[in-house]
Amino acid sequence: MSDIKIDNVWKEYGDQIVLEKISLEIASRSFVALVGPSGCGKTTFLRLLLGEEAPTQGTITIDGTPLVPEPGADRGVVFQRYSVFPHLTVLGNVLLGKEFQNSPVAARLLGDRRGAAIEEARSLIAEVGLAGAEDKFPAMLSGGMQQRLALAQALIMSPKVLLLDEPFGALDPGIRADIHVLMKKLWHETQLTVVMVTHDLREAFTLATRVVAFERPRDRPEERERYGASLTRDIEIWPPRVAGAPTVFSPDRDDPVTSMGLGRDDPASIVEGVAP
Amino acid sequence: MRWINIRPSRTTTLVLAVLPFALLVAAYLAGSAARLAVNDGDKLLPSLVSLADAINRMAFSPDTRTGDYLLWSDTLASLSRLGWGLAISTLIALVVGMVVGMLPTVRALLAPVIAVIAMVPPLALLPILFILLGLGETAKIALIVIGVAPTMIRDLALKVSELPREQIVKAETLGGSSWQIALRVVLPQVLPRLITSLRLQLGPAWLFLIAAEAISSDAGLGYRIFLVRRYLSMDVIFPYVAWITLLAVLMNVALEALRSGVFPWSNPVRT
Repeated sequence: MSDIKIDNVWKEYGDQIVLEKISLEIASRSFVALVGPSGCGKTTFLRLLLGEEAPTQGTITIDGTPLVPEPGADRGVVFQRYSVFPHLTVLGNVLLGKEFQNSPVAARLLGDRRGAAIEEARSLIAEVGLAGAEDKFPAMLSGGMQQRLALAQALIMSPKVLLLDEPFGALDPGIRADIHVLMKKLWHETQLTVVMVTHDLREAFTLATRVVAFERPRDRPEERERYGASLTRDIEIWPPRVAGAPTVFSPDRDDPVTSMGLGRDDPASIVEGVAP
Repeated sequence: MRWINIRPSRTTTLVLAVLPFALLVAAYLAGSAARLAVNDGDKLLPSLVSLADAINRMAFSPDTRTGDYLLWSDTLASLSRLGWGLAISTLIALVVGMVVGMLPTVRALLAPVIAVIAMVPPLALLPILFILLGLGETAKIALIVIGVAPTMIRDLALKVSELPREQIVKAETLGGSSWQIALRVVLPQVLPRLITSLRLQLGPAWLFLIAAEAISSDAGLGYRIFLVRRYLSMDVIFPYVAWITLLAVLMNVALEALRSGVFPWSNPVRT
């Protein structure tokens, strides 16, 4: 379970009020998309959930426990950029979480434990469609493959909550559609509650169970500093999408129907012979 | 075609690279021949024959007094000082640089003092070092460390703070502790930079080495140059300078090869 409750949260930087009166309850297993114009505090809000920053006022609880004021293993994250480690191979990137978890001093696994971790990492890499690319460095992967890797890397920790900060914003439309299919599949199959910041309304309505809009009600230049953004719309998708259950409109209401299998994301760069 | 779009072919690139060296040698030979034509006892620009003779004397025949092959014993003395100095500097830079770059508290404590120390002209400290540490090896190595380490520390701390914030946050969400993140995320990514930083500090390190040797030593490349200066022995000084330059260039190339061999992912991506 992972109910997130945000209660009357304000965020100020000095005199500048960024967010005001934010109250939101996010049910376990839901997929919430945060939308809104640039500079309206969507990313700031995600950083609050991440624990990277603390709210100026108000509380955030997960399952009733107040949020630890620093990022932790219960909340995975994928950013638009810099989400993977350039000095580690695909396999090394996915293994890292396991190594942190099981080897406090050396942060490296050896022998059987390493073997088991590799087994797990490989199946996850295959799950996100990167089988065959295990030994490549991120710089050798396309943008879409890097984001797939970032997802696998986060998911190996089995986080309760997955936070996405415009994860697919920099991808080409075709690749984005493929990774949407993957994202849906992962959300159906795992125990994740997902919170995603996006610019793209269509992406929000394609993936989410609920779309929440941030807006500055007062946005005249002289008001901008003293009035922050607040929640202005909270839309439940109808018909409801339920994690793990097929929807009436399958799989995307707006997109052409695509298979739930491996996508078209750079099949050429997946090692010859293993290609789908 | 615009000048900015004119790219030399491979052959042209090679020729262009060799050209300045050829010109330097030609200018030297012409100057030397002209001076020797006027006065065949001229010592300022010795002929190739006397240079070869000096090289043979210094490198391939034992010294009449000590029995040492001077060029090699000088090289050994200098390189061991340089090696110790750079090794100690690199180690200090790695540890202090990472701690300053990663921990805000330590940064608040140490960054200002390091910035000030880096501004002290190391050569001005040389008399103090000689007084405190004596005239032996320690003072010379200490001079190199004092001259080189602060810059390397600052460079490394800067590199650490340049790592994208997202990467560190990501590592935290993977459950990494400060130590684990230092070991697995920060350290591997700053090591290539450490090597580059060391490479850029080779020049200053040689400067401090030669300066220390010039003032007080009984062996070493810098010592020899300043010793034979008294006799106006340009035939020894020129080969020594060329040898020092060659050593520095080789170290530079070796360090670069080490970086790109051990950390292939750190090579700049050509697009």
